[in-house]
Amino acid sequence: MSFITVNNLWKDYSGQVVLENLNLSVRQGEFCTLVGASGCGKSTFLKMLLGQETPSRGELLLEGEPFPGEPDRNRGIVFQRYSVFPHLTVRQNVLLGLELEQKPRLGKLFGAARRQALEKVDAMLASVGLTPSASKWPHELSGGMQQRLAIAQSLIMRPRVLLLDEPFGALDPGIRGDMHDLLLKLWKETGTTIFMVTHDLKEGFYLGTRLLVFDKVRNDPHDPQAFGATITYDLPIGQTDQTLYQHINDSVTETARHQAA
Amino acid sequence: MRVINRHPGRVSATLLGLLPFLLIMLIYSLASQERLAENPNDKLLPGLEQMTAGVERMAFQEDRRSGDYLMWKDTTASLKRLGIGVGIAASLALVIGILNGTLPLIRANLAPLVSALSMIPPLAILPILFIVFGLGELSKVMLIVIGTAPIMMRDVAQRVRELPGEQLIKIQTLGANSWQVITRMMLPQVLPRLIDAVRLSLGPAWLFLIAAEAIASTEGLGYRIFLVRRYLAMDVILPYVIWITILAIVIDQCLRLINRRLFPWYNAGGH
Repeated sequence: MSFITVNNLWKDYSGQVVLENLNLSVRQGEFCTLVGASGCGKSTFLKMLLGQETPSRGELLLEGEPFPGEPDRNRGIVFQRYSVFPHLTVRQNVLLGLELEQKPRLGKLFGAARRQALEKVDAMLASVGLTPSASKWPHELSGGMQQRLAIAQSLIMRPRVLLLDEPFGALDPGIRGDMHDLLLKLWKETGTTIFMVTHDLKEGFYLGTRLLVFDKVRNDPHDPQAFGATITYDLPIGQTDQTLYQHINDSVTETARHQAA
Repeated sequence: MRVINRHPGRVSATLLGLLPFLLIMLIYSLASQERLAENPNDKLLPGLEQMTAGVERMAFQEDRRSGDYLMWKDTTASLKRLGIGVGIAASLALVIGILNGTLPLIRANLAPLVSALSMIPPLAILPILFIVFGLGELSKVMLIVIGTAPIMMRDVAQRVRELPGEQLIKIQTLGANSWQVITRMMLPQVLPRLIDAVRLSLGPAWLFLIAAEAIASTEGLGYRIFLVRRYLAMDVILPYVIWITILAIVIDQCLRLINRRLFPWYNAGGH
């Protein structure tokens, strides 16, 4: 049975169609990258997976059940910015989830339980390469390190789905490459299902197992919001050649122009 | 070079800052000298000598009637009222502000009331406070609470709502319940902002304190100033005003330092 199922899903905001007729089936452990022009509903789709938004029509199922209507600990998220807590040190940021889970009222761990949790935290920090910065505040970290921290903070909860909303969009190109390697390593280790939204078509083309292109099939030049976007390509990574890349790139760019017009 | 691009150095900035103070002191002492030369018993612009004598009498000699050192007694009485009043107001602001900022159901319920309350001129209800709570300490403390709490509540609620929405989603994906969202995310991030709000509220708090003391009291800095006004005792009023100003500055700077000490992430640009 498929892990996540999308059946004939539509999303509109008071008449403005964002997504139309979306159909998708994702197995557990897949790494899907979502690409497309701005305003083509990638982030909206991610928000629905997160529980921040609900579909206007159609079904969105997690193992046959409708998605919960609010965020929960089964679905981790990393945003482009503001994902970590500025009032907690690196170590405390990663510890937070464990504390919340074990102490529903106090939300803090002490003594032996804390030491035990900190062992897990330190192991997680080591795997994202943040051990030397464990006692720093987030504002003392570079953008890339903050994103490493945000990923570690989510993954320590062992979420069933990890959602990434343009996580590397604000980083330098060189750092981005390091982050790709790190993400692939963590994905292989944890086996979690990942959805990653990206602006960068190239990033989508070699990261992960599956590429989902969100694009508009129909464009009304007089009313750019009249038609919604849907998944125009659903490709397994590895079968992508240069002409196809060029074709998708052209199509996405064309839609972006219509959107801007 | 354009004036907007000209910056003073460290030393000249200090000197420029001191200049207005020196100028005021100079003008005052010239005027005072002139009046005293005409009439040595002039009370309106006392010189340094008279003021020192005034402070000596109020702060370092026992009052003939009560045997108290009046200035210290006034100071402790006023600071106690101010501390209790601002303390209660800040606690109320923290609780109501966080609830208003965090829970949409409470916000719908309480925010209009808080907005309306903050529009009431506190001094207009001072008579009501005297009638309801009597002329004792309670009515003075209540005036400070009513005068400063609603604005601080709105400020705290606003600060809570300014926290990035991403954080709120993130902590929910870490499994936090509503209580944990408040205690582990909202409260610790709002505390330093509350201290900032208290610093801003201290000015109004002093205003309400002195107003209440002027109308009904038997001790306190405001009471003393208004009492000796009858004798045109500028030699006491001026030192008292300077003393109140010094107290206000010291309290403000203490709060600033506490904020820095307790919340290093806040002041280093971590928010």
